[in-house]
Amino acid sequence: MMRSSIAVKVRGLTKRFGDFVAVDNIDLSIKKGEIFGFLGPNGAGKSTTIKMLCGLLLPTGGTGTVGGFDIMKQSEEIKKNIGYMSQKFSLYDDLTVEENIHFFSGIYGVTNSRKKERLGWVLEMAGLQDKRKAVTKTLPGGFKQRLALGCAILHEPPIVFLDEPTSGVDPISRRNFWNLINEMSKAEITIFVTTHYMDEADYCNRLALIYRGKVIAEGTPNELKQKYMTRYVLEVEVDKVVEAMEVMYKNGIETAIFGSLLHATVDNMEKAIPRIKNLLEESNIPLNRIERIVPSLEDVFVALIEVS
Amino acid sequence: MFERIKQMVIKEFIQVLRDKRMKAIVFITPIIQLMLFGYAVTTDVNNITTAFYDLDKTFESRELARRLESSGYFNIAYFPESPREIQPLVDRGKVLCAIQINNGFSKDLKKGISTEVQVIVDGTDSNTATVAMDYASRIIMKYAKDIGSNTPTSSPGINLNTRAWYNPDLRSRNYNVPGVIAIVIMLICLLLTSMAVVREREIGTMEQLMVTPLRPIELMLGKTIPFAMIGFFDVFLVTLVAVFWFDIPIKSSLQIMPLATAIYLLSVLGIGLFISTISRTQQQALMATFLFFIPAVLLSGFMFPIENMPKIIQYGTYINPLRYFLVITRGIFLKGNGIEILWPQMTALLILGIVVMTLSSLRFRKRIG
Repeated sequence: MMRSSIAVKVRGLTKRFGDFVAVDNIDLSIKKGEIFGFLGPNGAGKSTTIKMLCGLLLPTGGTGTVGGFDIMKQSEEIKKNIGYMSQKFSLYDDLTVEENIHFFSGIYGVTNSRKKERLGWVLEMAGLQDKRKAVTKTLPGGFKQRLALGCAILHEPPIVFLDEPTSGVDPISRRNFWNLINEMSKAEITIFVTTHYMDEADYCNRLALIYRGKVIAEGTPNELKQKYMTRYVLEVEVDKVVEAMEVMYKNGIETAIFGSLLHATVDNMEKAIPRIKNLLEESNIPLNRIERIVPSLEDVFVALIEVS
Repeated sequence: MFERIKQMVIKEFIQVLRDKRMKAIVFITPIIQLMLFGYAVTTDVNNITTAFYDLDKTFESRELARRLESSGYFNIAYFPESPREIQPLVDRGKVLCAIQINNGFSKDLKKGISTEVQVIVDGTDSNTATVAMDYASRIIMKYAKDIGSNTPTSSPGINLNTRAWYNPDLRSRNYNVPGVIAIVIMLICLLLTSMAVVREREIGTMEQLMVTPLRPIELMLGKTIPFAMIGFFDVFLVTLVAVFWFDIPIKSSLQIMPLATAIYLLSVLGIGLFISTISRTQQQALMATFLFFIPAVLLSGFMFPIENMPKIIQYGTYINPLRYFLVITRGIFLKGNGIEILWPQMTALLILGIVVMTLSSLRFRKRIG
């Protein structure tokens, strides 16, 4: 650990379940203190990868280290040096806040002298100081999420794995949660986080996009936007979104619906804007607004998946 | 390692004692079972409703009726006037037994000629019928003998003198209640162990535990030690009620009871762990527990003697831990047996326990690893 600035490094990591290849020959390298985002649609292999890195699943092939320990042979050592929190917020619902914290400090081997301090730290971090005797199932989702995170890092691990930590949590809690993650990163803790919320990807220092078991792109959020979006994205605001999409699709313009808006991806902006205006006018679809926007990671991702 | 197991045990206790259903399983089930087997489930035959068809109508025939009633076994509720009346009484289940005294009964007795009494029993419940017949013939024989001794022509006969050892009153309660101890802790420990493991899998905490330094062996001990302790507590509770409420005699000093219980729990907890490895949901665990439990009770000798079963099934009962523990509890309670008599059962139980526990833990480690 001391000699290396790399927290996680894997080469050719592969997991097969029978004929199905869940994770196909991926390479990753994550620096200490980095917030590393692992993005991809459901079933792309995110959770399988995270489970292999945590020692929950034995890889079919490949090599790698987590915190300097071999993922094939030293899963016990790895478990002492990581925190893991899944989308299920795996706490004991029928235990109180305090009982959960006591339990996990015992399991993680937090020394008696540190226990009280860590208890106080988790309660404060999760904002549960006056709810320490509350039974966990009565807590709102956001509190449960932060308590689960607290319990997962009671032993102050240098690397933390978060598997869709914000799913099912309201937007304000999500924002607070990312603030916490940022603070942890400042304290030199490495964060490996999976998510399918593309807006969250912008909080990460570096990203890898995984699709059908393969890493299809990797880099900082800006790198990804510049490197993979050589085309332009136009935001089109119309009242009849579906009709407008059909018209553009028939005329060979790539579009995707984003809420009440349409994103059209085009090669030549100067030609495309008048063309779209014409097409919509011919079909009697009033156009409210059309303008070029900076592509979001979601656009990048949609474009990348279409390529592969 | 110690600290982690301790935390698991504390957590399991909190969870069991906080959950109303679990609490009921631990505290109420044993008492209900005891009450059922202490009061309701009895193979004793008393108060047999009887029809008494008396064609003789003499002092002697009425004396026989009086003796039947005063024995406490027979309750003469009907005095039919013709044989045709007997049939519907038995058909409708109004009586279990009908006794017919023929005309000339008293005359024959006085002359010293042998005479006949007809006893009809409803054989649909073969067990009760046999017992009723046995009681009736005993009372009638006794009566015949008493009358015979008054007449000078009595011939020397064989005096049958029966005595039931260990349970002189043949109270089925004495036999059942020590067995309930064995059955109750089997059910409770199976349920608690299998459900506790499967619950963690259902709510996702199992996955969380697997990324902590908790080792599979520690998890296994954490999931069995608390329920072994509850099992011991229930043995204690049931024994107290058995002795002080039901007056079940304890013939030996109970010293080997904890040791025997410990050996027995080894198999039971092993089976509980095994069930947890084949069940994905708590419902499945519950089903699997009963699929094992009911045949285990039926083929244990708790209600039906193993000796009466087909040979092939008898061999099957050798892998039933309940079979051995029943002999042990009954031996301790009723016969005052010590280890010098019960060692074959204890050894068999120990071997069975070690085998079951080893197989289950191997499977358990494979499943969660």
